[in-house]
Amino acid sequence: MKTIGQKLFAWFDERFDLSPVVEFVNHKRVPVHRHMIWYYMGGVTLFLFVTQVVTGILLLFYYRPGADSAYESLRFILTKVNFGWLIRSIHSWSANLMVFFVFVHMFSTFFTRAYQKPREMTWVSGFILLALALGFGFSGYLLPWNELAFFATKVGTDIAGSVPFIGKALLVVLRGGDDVTGATLTRFYAFHVAMLPAIFTVFLTLHLLFVQRQGMSEPEELQGLAENQKKSISFFPNFFLRDALLWLIVLNILLYLAVFYPWDLGFKADPFTSAPAGIKPEWYFMFMFQTLKFLPAHILVFEGEVVGIVFFGLAGLAWMLAPFWQFGSKRKGVSNPMNIIGLISLAFIIIMTIVGYLV
Amino acid sequence: MKTNRRRFLNLVIGGGLAGWLGSVLYPVISYLVPPKIPEAIVNSVKAGATTDFPPNSGKIIKFGRIPVILIRTNDKKFLAFSATCTHLDCIVQYRSDTQQIWCACHNGVYDLNGRNVSGPPPRPLEPFNVLVQNDEIIITKPTG
Repeated sequence: MKTIGQKLFAWFDERFDLSPVVEFVNHKRVPVHRHMIWYYMGGVTLFLFVTQVVTGILLLFYYRPGADSAYESLRFILTKVNFGWLIRSIHSWSANLMVFFVFVHMFSTFFTRAYQKPREMTWVSGFILLALALGFGFSGYLLPWNELAFFATKVGTDIAGSVPFIGKALLVVLRGGDDVTGATLTRFYAFHVAMLPAIFTVFLTLHLLFVQRQGMSEPEELQGLAENQKKSISFFPNFFLRDALLWLIVLNILLYLAVFYPWDLGFKADPFTSAPAGIKPEWYFMFMFQTLKFLPAHILVFEGEVVGIVFFGLAGLAWMLAPFWQFGSKRKGVSNPMNIIGLISLAFIIIMTIVGYLV
Repeated sequence: MKTNRRRFLNLVIGGGLAGWLGSVLYPVISYLVPPKIPEAIVNSVKAGATTDFPPNSGKIIKFGRIPVILIRTNDKKFLAFSATCTHLDCIVQYRSDTQQIWCACHNGVYDLNGRNVSGPPPRPLEPFNVLVQNDEIIITKPTG
């Protein structure tokens, strides 16, 4: 007697020949070693992304873009809509956790050197996903049209405006004019709910396809061992179930944060008030913000912020292209040049972020 | 002969494709650049009665679409500057404790002449003229 599931499978199998898929799922294995925990970070990020999509779609049912309606519609969601506060709070928290896990995923990939040949394109596509995730964060931050978001957007787009050569045009296209106005909000809404998701989906699909096609990266110490000395578990169901358990834990943490630390709405943006004291960008932009704050008004003949922007642009590009210029070295730990570069970058980000919150 | 024909065809098809792409992208990119909206040129605004402004205080005044900061100093003088920080476009405020103009975004400080005295601002704030006529404050654009 076949179950309904088996019948359905047989129905599809007869028409589409699912044997390659079954073959793939049965043979996919995950290496077991002491750095294995980092394999879960990408999965957690993916889970949080799905949470973003679901809660984002729910928010769209009530959100109304526009300088006269955005803040009001958000207040309506928070105070009148059933569980509106919860959906919005999950969306905000999950966005922050997602960016956090993207960074963890990226640095763990860097330090385990999983970005090396043959996985260069997985690394590059991952970096593009990081850039898009930051774009999501930046564009989404403005949508409630509150004071903090208004000034963060003014500063952020002004920084984009000082990019050499194309800055001015970029600023006008981003803002929909010379100033941050309702036109900017409409644009950011289009970026946040249509353009970025479309581009993100393409790169996410590629990123996942690359991972599936090449399998999990093995750390260097395992690569010299004979096949029978390596330990591994099957992806399905063993690794998948562990993944699912972790997702459940992350979901619980997310709900805890969303319920006990709900996201604030703040005051409505007013283009004719002074920037309030204590204005801060989202924490993941803090290290860049803080660095710009430390730069003097002029460095040689250039404006300080232009130097800062060019520096971050070039550093980001170098980071994305790391698989192509990396220093090959057999050294381990802190004497390996790539580890030193990674540690300096990580330390810079962490220290500047902490300083940003203390100063 | 045969290669030449192939090259010619590739050129025609490739060129056609490039032309087609251009004809698609040009309107899209032009669409994204917002049109210039004509605005009435504002040369002066009335900011209110002098009695509304206690000494050692500042207020943001709408000057057309630009924010202007109007300050009444301790010796009851009125000063006005563009309120847009020359660093990254935030709106500055008057600090009555230090009697300076301060930008909260990146800790930029200007003195009461609008000069950037500390922090990241690269340029001074643009000054505006203040006239007091029959106890009414009028802010005008600097001439020249």
